[in-house]
Amino acid sequence: MNFGRGGKGVGAGSMSAAVYGGVSDQFPAGLRVLVVDDDPTCLMILERMLRACRYEVTKCNRAEIALNLLRQNKNGFDVVISDVHMPDMDGFKLLEHIGLEMDLPVIMMSADDGKQVVMKGITHGACDYLIKPVRIEALKNIWQHVVRKKKNEWKDLDPLGSGVEDGDRPQKVSDDADYTSSANEDNWKGTKKRKDGEEEVEERDETSTLKKPRVVWSVELHQQFVAAVNQLGVDKAVPKKILELMNVPGLTRENVASHLQKYRLYLKRICSAQQQQNGLNLAPQDAPYVPLSSLNGFDYQAVAAAGQLQPQSLATLQMAGLGRSGSKSGIGITNVDQKNLFCFENPKSRYGDGRHQQQIANAGNQPNFLHGIPTTMEPRQLAHFQQSSQSFGNLNIQVNTHATNCTSLMMPMAQQQPRGAILNEVAAGNVSRIASQLNPSNGNAGGLVRSVVAENCRGQVYNPVVTQGSSIAVKHPAEFSCSSFPLASTPRIPSIMSKMPTQDDINSRLKAAGGFVPSYDIFSELQQHKSQDWALPSVGLNFDGSQNTHPVQGNFDVSPSVLVNQGISSDQKSEANRNASPAGSVTLLPGQANGQTINQRQSINQHLIGLHVESLPVPKVDRDQNLNSQHTLYSEQFGQDDLMAAILKQQQFGLGAVEPEFDFDGFPMDNLRV
Amino acid sequence: MEVVQMQRRFAEYTASLFREGFLDAQFTQLQQLQDETNPDFVEEVVSLFFEDSEKLVNNLAKTLDQQNFDYKKVDALVHQLKGSSASIGAQRVKNVCVAFRQFCEDQNVEACLGCLQQVKQECFLVKNKLETLFRMEQQIVAAGGSIPVMEYN
Repeated sequence: MNFGRGGKGVGAGSMSAAVYGGVSDQFPAGLRVLVVDDDPTCLMILERMLRACRYEVTKCNRAEIALNLLRQNKNGFDVVISDVHMPDMDGFKLLEHIGLEMDLPVIMMSADDGKQVVMKGITHGACDYLIKPVRIEALKNIWQHVVRKKKNEWKDLDPLGSGVEDGDRPQKVSDDADYTSSANEDNWKGTKKRKDGEEEVEERDETSTLKKPRVVWSVELHQQFVAAVNQLGVDKAVPKKILELMNVPGLTRENVASHLQKYRLYLKRICSAQQQQNGLNLAPQDAPYVPLSSLNGFDYQAVAAAGQLQPQSLATLQMAGLGRSGSKSGIGITNVDQKNLFCFENPKSRYGDGRHQQQIANAGNQPNFLHGIPTTMEPRQLAHFQQSSQSFGNLNIQVNTHATNCTSLMMPMAQQQPRGAILNEVAAGNVSRIASQLNPSNGNAGGLVRSVVAENCRGQVYNPVVTQGSSIAVKHPAEFSCSSFPLASTPRIPSIMSKMPTQDDINSRLKAAGGFVPSYDIFSELQQHKSQDWALPSVGLNFDGSQNTHPVQGNFDVSPSVLVNQGISSDQKSEANRNASPAGSVTLLPGQANGQTINQRQSINQHLIGLHVESLPVPKVDRDQNLNSQHTLYSEQFGQDDLMAAILKQQQFGLGAVEPEFDFDGFPMDNLRV
Repeated sequence: MEVVQMQRRFAEYTASLFREGFLDAQFTQLQQLQDETNPDFVEEVVSLFFEDSEKLVNNLAKTLDQQNFDYKKVDALVHQLKGSSASIGAQRVKNVCVAFRQFCEDQNVEACLGCLQQVKQECFLVKNKLETLFRMEQQIVAAGGSIPVMEYN
């Protein structure tokens, strides 16, 4: 193929060619670098230096702009260099976002060379950390990170035997980008479509043994996918079936699986993003729930259905929102307080409404609810809602999803009512353990770790983990469909998600798992820290054992659930399993670090989402072996509904792990349009 | 003055700046980045730095002027200044920033105020020095000579 410079995918093309022993004689010249730094002096110097290295440089001084750029040009960059201290967004947050959405190698830099900061960079998944002043020599070698990453991706993919699957990884990146990039639906249809189409064709054409063509999810393809998922039902959407329904030649189950994960992740992000966007306003618009419908093209119906936004909850929220809509903030509580409140509330309501929640979860007809919540409800408000109505499973989700809600996540755990209390304790305990485990681990745990580290202020591991966007928390609620949702991104994420846990289930789960759904065998494969098993009962956390040479790595999408399930082993749907899983998944995260940082993170995140949304696609074959029985569990397909349900579940069950995370501040809701 | 003489003076002056710690190896890096395609690179970067640092210093002054200022904010500003000064090789400025940050951590308000003055002073000094340097460069170029390449050891 002839890749010109500067085209999308062009760089990638030449890059990959180069990577794979390829030919680009130019490499590393032409490496497409995005440099982000709020300091104009440094930015100018870096740009000049990078140009001197014959790289293609794009500079920007704000993280938001950088994220937008990345989202709009899914394959437009090879590596990102970012400053740590920036006014609009913390460099580590940006790092996480990028890892999750684009899976690009990110190099951090700072004048700060304190060990803590450097460690933070590592744990967050940076592939390198440069101390300012940066010398040109240091920049000359950044191409190694690109090569390494690609190399790892491929390696991961290979063992999976997915010869066909090329590109799950690249696909992932592009998929994420698809989800996250510009906000409008139009993007899906417009440029993206065109580009995707082109890319898709190109990429498939150029398949070579070395190169793994990416499957580009064009708008149509994605729509087909969504239709299939909805048709199957969130609970039942497994990659295999989706694949069958879609009936697209050349598409493999792995492609679908990874896409599914990303999709879930995306859904999650929407919620959190919306939440974040809404800031403190309960009802940005007059009608709190109006925004829901205005959510960007997101198919919240599907989501709602999937998740279990119960009408009741929705109603409650609405009422609460309306009631309070007097002021945007509606709720007098300060944001922080509310959040805390919420946290507290959550557990209670969660448990209290356990029964409710179940129903609710099943109801899932509130598409809006799901979406609306994030958008319209501020965590505070959510808290209010909780106060006002117990059945705020959703709230929990939202609150939790919100990045800042780490606390809330944690709180729920802590706050659980008697039943919940037990869980909390257990969970909290586990969480702490996990947290501690996570923390020390090298950042590869990916998102989870990152969040843990980053947000771990709370001290509650759980949140951080959850916040990572992974659905650790989700795991719990996500149960609805499959008991053990393997959190998409983090293998370690407890598979709580899998089903609508009943209160008892939750309890047991929590107890056992400490609220985590471990199961990410994938991670174990990654070889993470086996030792990381979060002390949770991790049932069979395979990840320790199963290290299938990173099969997972390549395809997180698929396996998270699988892995998680393993943890759950006995009974996917049963809580018991869940218990086991948490342990498993949790550990995985930290473990992932082996050189997979970004990938892992991404995977984790993806998984998490996946978990939430659905019961994770059928795990890869390899994993299946590892999973004791979990596969089935996870194979339930979670559609959007599942995602939501999962989220709700979690909240309900006070696992608190609901996705707090989405810290993706920069994630414009618009982009979420499906 | 003859070109050769100007070049010699230039070289000596540059050497003294390094010797006295006003500039360090990073500045040399910048100089090496300058070439025909980027003939004014160093000057551009340096002016950008002074523009930016002035804002930072003003911001610092305003912050420190408050009753109960936030040390974190001060620290963030100083950190920023440290980064940019280090990037252009303004060593003395950077050193003051390092000390400044430490005082922020210690929450020593007096020392912080002292550092603020010092930082202003150092910025002022290095600015003047560099302006002189650039002027000398321009004179050499105007006279048809080339700028001697400095080797910083």
